[in-house]
Amino acid sequence: MSDYNFAYLDEQTKRMIRRAILKGLAIPGYQVPFASREMPMPYGWGTGGVQVSAAVLTPDDTFKVIDQGADDTTNAVSIRRFFQKTAGIAVTEATADASVIQTRHRIPEQVLRSDQIIVYQVPIPEPLRFLEPSEVETRKMHSLEEYGLMHVKLYEDISQHGDIATAYAYPVKVEGRYVMDPSPIPKFDNPKLEMAGIQLFGAGREQRIYAIPPYTKVVSLDFEDYPFQPTKADHACDLCAATDSYLDELIVDDEGSRMFMCSDTDYCSTRRKQGHNGAQGVPYAEDAA
Amino acid sequence: MISIENVSKSFVLHNQGATEIPVMQNASLTVAVGECVALVGASGAGKSTLMRMIYGNYLTVTGRILVGDVDVAAAAPREIIHLRRHTLGYVSQFLRVVPRVSTLDVVAEPLLATGTPREDANIIAQSLLARLNIPERLWSLSPTTFSGGEQQRVNIARGFAYPYPALLLDEPTASLDPANCATVLAMISEAKLRGAAIIGIFHDNAAREEICDRQLDVTKYTLGLAA
Amino acid sequence: MTPLLQVENIAKFYGARIGCTDVSFDLYPGEVMGIVGESGSGKSTLLNCLAGHLTPDDGSVQFDTRAEGLRDTITMSEPERRMLSRTDWAFVHQHARDGLRMNVSAGGNVGERLMAINARHYGDIRGSAIDWLGRVEISEDRIDDRPTAFSGGMQQRLQIARNLVTGPRLVFMDEPTGGLDVSVQARLLDLLRGLVREMNLSAIIVTHDLAVVRLLADRLMVMKDGHVIETGLTDQVLDDPQHAYTQLLVSSVLQV
Repeated sequence: MSDYNFAYLDEQTKRMIRRAILKGLAIPGYQVPFASREMPMPYGWGTGGVQVSAAVLTPDDTFKVIDQGADDTTNAVSIRRFFQKTAGIAVTEATADASVIQTRHRIPEQVLRSDQIIVYQVPIPEPLRFLEPSEVETRKMHSLEEYGLMHVKLYEDISQHGDIATAYAYPVKVEGRYVMDPSPIPKFDNPKLEMAGIQLFGAGREQRIYAIPPYTKVVSLDFEDYPFQPTKADHACDLCAATDSYLDELIVDDEGSRMFMCSDTDYCSTRRKQGHNGAQGVPYAEDAA
Repeated sequence: MISIENVSKSFVLHNQGATEIPVMQNASLTVAVGECVALVGASGAGKSTLMRMIYGNYLTVTGRILVGDVDVAAAAPREIIHLRRHTLGYVSQFLRVVPRVSTLDVVAEPLLATGTPREDANIIAQSLLARLNIPERLWSLSPTTFSGGEQQRVNIARGFAYPYPALLLDEPTASLDPANCATVLAMISEAKLRGAAIIGIFHDNAAREEICDRQLDVTKYTLGLAA
Repeated sequence: MTPLLQVENIAKFYGARIGCTDVSFDLYPGEVMGIVGESGSGKSTLLNCLAGHLTPDDGSVQFDTRAEGLRDTITMSEPERRMLSRTDWAFVHQHARDGLRMNVSAGGNVGERLMAINARHYGDIRGSAIDWLGRVEISEDRIDDRPTAFSGGMQQRLQIARNLVTGPRLVFMDEPTGGLDVSVQARLLDLLRGLVREMNLSAIIVTHDLAVVRLLADRLMVMKDGHVIETGLTDQVLDDPQHAYTQLLVSSVLQV
């Protein structure tokens, strides 16, 4: 047992955050202001997500942290250790075994279940910020459902690049009402926003929490003649041969040789354990990981 | 068509000791359909003043000025606008247009304002300009740079583009050569034939004799007032 | 015929100071009304009260809405009023940068009002933008340039295109030719006259330039110290002004 209160935050604060979460779930996509606390890590490291995780974790939970799809980056390791230390909970790298998943920039490839919660770290929660700097005005636009500006952004994309060039943080409309920034996930992940699990979004510096309840309709904005397309590199994973997963491109030597590999490390290693082997992969060995 | 009853007018110059200058007293006049009446009197006698009152350009406080069934002296601005658009035409001595607008558009405007399609309006405008001997190469230019006589003829073309039932003509032949003068008089005759009631000011005695059915000396309504 | 706009007893006070007071008038479809007066006469305050940018302290502004006929725009809900202001109303600012998004392309600026009323076909939106740029005499190949790269006159014409693309019925204009060169002004005035006629627009134009109202406005309202002191046909008010102040105003204009 540690000297910290369970999951670091005091009970009053966690109740305050839970109220914000419940309100967010009741009004899907609506940004609920909350009194974000100072956390023992810098802004930009996921302080919003950490506070939301702290508020939903129970002693029986199993916790997973993803950073750009991987479990082993400094950021992911730090947050995972933080909750091991302050909450004494079990942790895992396996998506299927986790009950609470905190993520930055990705949604796992494996479909989430209704008994799982995914917490997103959000840098800038306001999707209208690109064109309208006034917070007073953007709140009014949300309340009056004036979302023409979102399409102006997409229009500018097409007129400048010939196509909708927005590749991540691609805006969505939730349950036919609020336009929402899904956090900087690749637009490949947008279709997964309609899922069985509970999705919570925390922005620490901007002091906003929002949520998507299970099985909520989430539509990516687009034009009739330029429909939304969830794109990925046109390649198979060089390690596990998966063709349905989001890929990272890696330059492997000074000659510019490259390889493509699953951004979701758990998904990739699970497939390799099952015997799938990609063009540059070697058969999975227990001790290799 | 036009009926003026006991119309009086004075200007009050508020910024010059509130001087009141009476310029018209108890003027009366009627003009029937198809009739042309000339206003006569010495320069400064008040011919143009009366004409401007009929057009609503000068405010009339006492008396009635009926054009059709509208009393210009009592009508609301929008009624006068409607009257000017559909009933009462006015050819002033001076052409006042937006700089840069082509001569053809200047002439076609009264037609466009009353809903004539652009192509039909252009055809009418072109035939009027041709008839008044405005060279075709000038049609696309703004009339602001034209000579006095050319401007006057553009002004007449504009005034005759739409078939107004009532017309006010302030010196329409003033700066025209004999040929063009004859054309304008022919146009006035045609307007009379289609039933237009016309009030005109003609400097040129011969022209006045030729076209006007009778004349009214405005001096009797203004004599001694301006002194 | 029903008036498009019925204004009754509008008053706006800044503390004890009068912004404007006792203003009433009707505006009919296709009518253009000018409001003239010197700086501080209350003409801009009045315009902002009419356009819903300021809430007047007294009076009503009835607008003939397409769906429900005359409605008081002061007491209607904010969403309804904002909807009006991006569909049936347009507002042309003196400074184009107040009415444009300077970091969005010309095409995006024109298209925004269409997208705001749920146009979702890129090709159609771009087609409308090209059409409107043409109507305000901006070449099609400038469609992807930002307004920061445009001259003052072009910015103003772009602002007009952006406002008129949804086919509004009432246009508010605040010194639309204010900051422009004289030669550019004439072109803009001609353009506005043509658009007003073709679209049967009603317009309220605030300006201190009497030449502008003579060319554009059917009717004129002269304001001084927050009060309307004279109204009438534009040419009648300018050629035969009745009020001492209007006489002073008219006689003070330099003749060219």
